[in-house]
Amino acid sequence: MKEFLEGSRAVAEAVKLCKPGVISAYPITPQTHIVEELAQFVADGALNSQFVNVESEHSAASVVLGSTATGVRSYTATSSQGLFYMAEVVFNIAGMRLPVVMTCANRAISAPINIWNDQQDSVSLRDAGWIQLYAEDNQEVVDLHLMAYRLGEDKSVMLPVMVCMDGFILTHGIETVDMPTQEQADKFLPPYHALYKLDVDNPMTLGPLADPDYYIETRYAIQETHKHVLTLLPKITAEFSKVFGRTYNGLIEEYRVKDAERVIVAMGSVCGTVKDVVDELRDKGKKVGLLKIVSYRPFPAQQIYEALKAIPKVGVLDKAVSLGSFAPLSAEIKAVFFGKKKKPEVISSFVAGLGGRDITKNSVREMFSMLTAKERSEFIDLKPELLKDTYE
Amino acid sequence: MFGPLVVKSGSSKKNKTGSWRVELKPKFLQKDCIGCKLCVLVCPEGCVEGAEKNTYHCDYSYCKGCGDCALICPKKDILMIKEGEKE
Repeated sequence: MKEFLEGSRAVAEAVKLCKPGVISAYPITPQTHIVEELAQFVADGALNSQFVNVESEHSAASVVLGSTATGVRSYTATSSQGLFYMAEVVFNIAGMRLPVVMTCANRAISAPINIWNDQQDSVSLRDAGWIQLYAEDNQEVVDLHLMAYRLGEDKSVMLPVMVCMDGFILTHGIETVDMPTQEQADKFLPPYHALYKLDVDNPMTLGPLADPDYYIETRYAIQETHKHVLTLLPKITAEFSKVFGRTYNGLIEEYRVKDAERVIVAMGSVCGTVKDVVDELRDKGKKVGLLKIVSYRPFPAQQIYEALKAIPKVGVLDKAVSLGSFAPLSAEIKAVFFGKKKKPEVISSFVAGLGGRDITKNSVREMFSMLTAKERSEFIDLKPELLKDTYE
Repeated sequence: MFGPLVVKSGSSKKNKTGSWRVELKPKFLQKDCIGCKLCVLVCPEGCVEGAEKNTYHCDYSYCKGCGDCALICPKKDILMIKEGEKE
């Protein structure tokens, strides 16, 4: 049924449809509304789940690690500093192969303190072993949560999934969302049956000491499983389409990329703005397009290669930086084409929207206009008057 | 794909720590032993056993050669000998 919902409310409704047995989270802007709504569902008896109040994000992540280890579907959500406070547990959850689903309401990282949106938080934890999916709008973020449990809990995967949604832009943005019914959700997402679980009658240890004789195989296994996810996720989205009628590729989305001469690559809500600019420029006869990355981990290198190999000029929009090096997504897009015969003539890098600076249509137009024969690495919409060579 | 992930109870027995031994190993003389069991209690691998006096011995597949048993024996009835010497 179509409803007019705040993004956070829509996520809470989607999580309710997935019937997690345990929810644990610590409030942090801009994630708070999601877990407030879930706490209300539990208090009202609308959701039969244990909501565990904790004193920190480190504990929230530890609770869902433990509950998933006992074979119970679990959920948490956080943002920014909260995700970083969870960081060691985030790696543990993946290392123990526990299919937790987490919503990351993307927010900038301190210092200076900033509660607004960019993607530095989740991008910084890209190496943790989690599957990371980035949503463009509230409908997609609802649908990705259903797919996240289905994917992570697959017996051939058993990995946690982080569903990333831009803070405020999506979490506090109100949009029409076609909410699935419980019957549809149940048809798509079966109850969770763990491959292994903590059980007093059958004692075992998860995450024990692995000395040099054992450790590297645990990493290799996760790496190989991520490759497998690249083939499994499109199959799951195809099944999703049968039940819900909405079609996703799951890995990437090509928007007017065929025959384009200039393409911007981006992740998350900014893709909506880029699509609008692409439409306007196409109306004026300009051959432009957008490549949206949905799955950042696993990184769909082959699909990106196929989509961009014939595009002369590519610009990569990052809402995060790797200070002292290249912007993260741009470096990986360039890596896709290293040593390849077919490749873009130019791959430029644009860092934009950090700390909630609006990426307007004009910003996007500027990026398209910068896609010339000269390769660039630019911060967009900088205010030079705030920058000084010496401290005063 | 999965790597080493879950460990069932009792797995430490599979880790033959005797391979760590480099130079010295204990020799239980079984002559002046009074059966005080201090060697059993002090062994970090729990690999010393015996029933009554002059019966105590260790399992060399787990003994790391730390020498704690020889050090604590009040009757000096355990010696540390060179690896390769007759036990």
